[in-house]
Amino acid sequence: MSVVIETKGLVKRYRGHVAVNGVDLTIERGEVFGLLGPNGSGKTTTILLLLGLTEPSGGTVSVLGLNPLRDPLSVKQRVAFLPDQVGFYDQLTARENLVYTARLAGIESGMAHRRIDESLARVRLEAVADRRVGTFSRGMRQRLGIAEIILKQPEIAILDEPTSGLDPQSTHELLTLIGDLARGGMTIVLSSHLLDMVQSICNRVALFNRGKIGLCGPVETLMGDVMGGTHTVEVDAAGIDLKEILAGKPHVMRVRQDRQNNWRVDTDADVRPEIARHIIAAGGELRRMSIRQTSLDDVYVRYFEEAANVQAA
Amino acid sequence: MFRQREGSPFRGLAVVALKEAADHMTSMRVHLVMLLILLTALGSVYAAIGQIKETVGEDAFLFLRLFTTAREPLPSFVAFLGFLLPLVAIALGFDSINGEYNRRTLPRVLSQPIYRDALLTGKFVGGLIIIGMCLLVLWLLMTGLGILLLGLPPSGEEVLRGIAYLFAAFAYAGVWLAVALLFSTLFRTPATSALATLTVWLLMTVFWSMLAPLLAGVLAPIDPLDPMTAVHQVEVQQAIARISPNVLYGEMTLGLLHPETRTFGLLFPSQVSQALMGAPLPVSQSLMLIWPQLSSMIAAFLVLFTIAYVSFQRQEIRP
Repeated sequence: MSVVIETKGLVKRYRGHVAVNGVDLTIERGEVFGLLGPNGSGKTTTILLLLGLTEPSGGTVSVLGLNPLRDPLSVKQRVAFLPDQVGFYDQLTARENLVYTARLAGIESGMAHRRIDESLARVRLEAVADRRVGTFSRGMRQRLGIAEIILKQPEIAILDEPTSGLDPQSTHELLTLIGDLARGGMTIVLSSHLLDMVQSICNRVALFNRGKIGLCGPVETLMGDVMGGTHTVEVDAAGIDLKEILAGKPHVMRVRQDRQNNWRVDTDADVRPEIARHIIAAGGELRRMSIRQTSLDDVYVRYFEEAANVQAA
Repeated sequence: MFRQREGSPFRGLAVVALKEAADHMTSMRVHLVMLLILLTALGSVYAAIGQIKETVGEDAFLFLRLFTTAREPLPSFVAFLGFLLPLVAIALGFDSINGEYNRRTLPRVLSQPIYRDALLTGKFVGGLIIIGMCLLVLWLLMTGLGILLLGLPPSGEEVLRGIAYLFAAFAYAGVWLAVALLFSTLFRTPATSALATLTVWLLMTVFWSMLAPLLAGVLAPIDPLDPMTAVHQVEVQQAIARISPNVLYGEMTLGLLHPETRTFGLLFPSQVSQALMGAPLPVSQSLMLIWPQLSSMIAAFLVLFTIAYVSFQRQEIRP
């Protein structure tokens, strides 16, 4: 494994406000890396800095061993970018748009035509290849953006919010396409606030918060770190204090009371029978119990809850 | 801090320029403006030919009269172009950069291996290609019509003067294209940039000739006891008027298409004491006469383009 993207202490200031505040990232070849965070947390700015499309106020970026500021053409030759809500020339057809990209990318014309046909087929747009992009739906445009990446055959593809604003069907299609690209050996960096999608395809994620990376690592590790467990058991019971009862019991990582007679227990295994037994033994009245696996959503919500609490404190 | 960029800033320039030119060729907006120009050109030539047939007996430069003769109520061909060329340039340029922002195509295009320079310069060159083609077509059309309807071929000197005029008109349109391009980088809404450009155009074509004497009166008041102050005021007024590209264009047309023109400013009797009044100048002398106008036009165009360039380079790519 070799490092393809590395940033150190990356800072970007826009007039008076800091968009990216000291980001250290290391992404390795072949990874699918997710940048996660709420809107305005610095994901897109980080991406633009990686591509050399905006100048950092401080810190260093290295992409494929090159500096995107010093050598932008080589970087942009080997890295493809699908911007947030990608735009195409509406008056041109899908094929004409790709021809323009191919020319800008300096792909020789015979090869370009072959690759365009191939990429349109892969994103299943060959039937509408000669229709104006103005008539395309959001999902089709996004797929055309993926076709552009396939056409360019880059080593790294950077996707900014690739599924935002898509219906579930199109989201699924797009994720399948991205998964295919990753299996083809391409390094993929994608940003999103849709967590289940990131969870399903990313090897590693970085959680952005106010221009900084709050957490970074494989999805499972993050769950362990933030949630303290992989399962959440929700308990409705009366006449007891669950926190007291479960203190120090095996597999129980944390107990929190949400409302009167309602608790959430983070565990690292399915321990419902044990919990039930403890409640009954303590003379409590068990009314309901449910379990679910933690998802990245919980990590996200919990992490930002805590970050906000720290801020407020 | 000195930092060298790798790679050529011209990479992709030709691709962008040709794509822009192709886009303009198929755009409804440009079709309409071209149609307008073509109709007015035909109208004015037709009127000019009628006028020439009626009035002119002997004229060494009959062919040039095609361009400059006006017949009520129509203005001459060159006057029409002076009015309409800026409109063509504005139609070509007012949404070139902010249009890319609004269509959200800018990040995608700039993530291809080209510099921003290539995009801006390419858009400019694309516009110039269209203007050049439009002018050439008009000029050939005029010449053809002249030969057909007047039954006389243009002389070598007339062709030379015609080509020089073509170049002058090209530079004039280039200035307006640069203005439109500049506003398209400064304003994010195409409507705003179109209005701003049209405002400048109106100011320069219609109001500037009214403002120049007023300003000159303030800056260089006439002292009734000193006749030289009157001369001074006229000179100041002329200098102010020449800020407008339209005035420069007017002077260039005058110098090129009216060979007997000797100066655009005041002429004192002492200066023409030995001259043959109404005798035409050779082409080289006419070119020297309009040289300052032409070079200041090109200078204006370069300055405007540079401002647009700098502002575009500094812009953030995010809307």
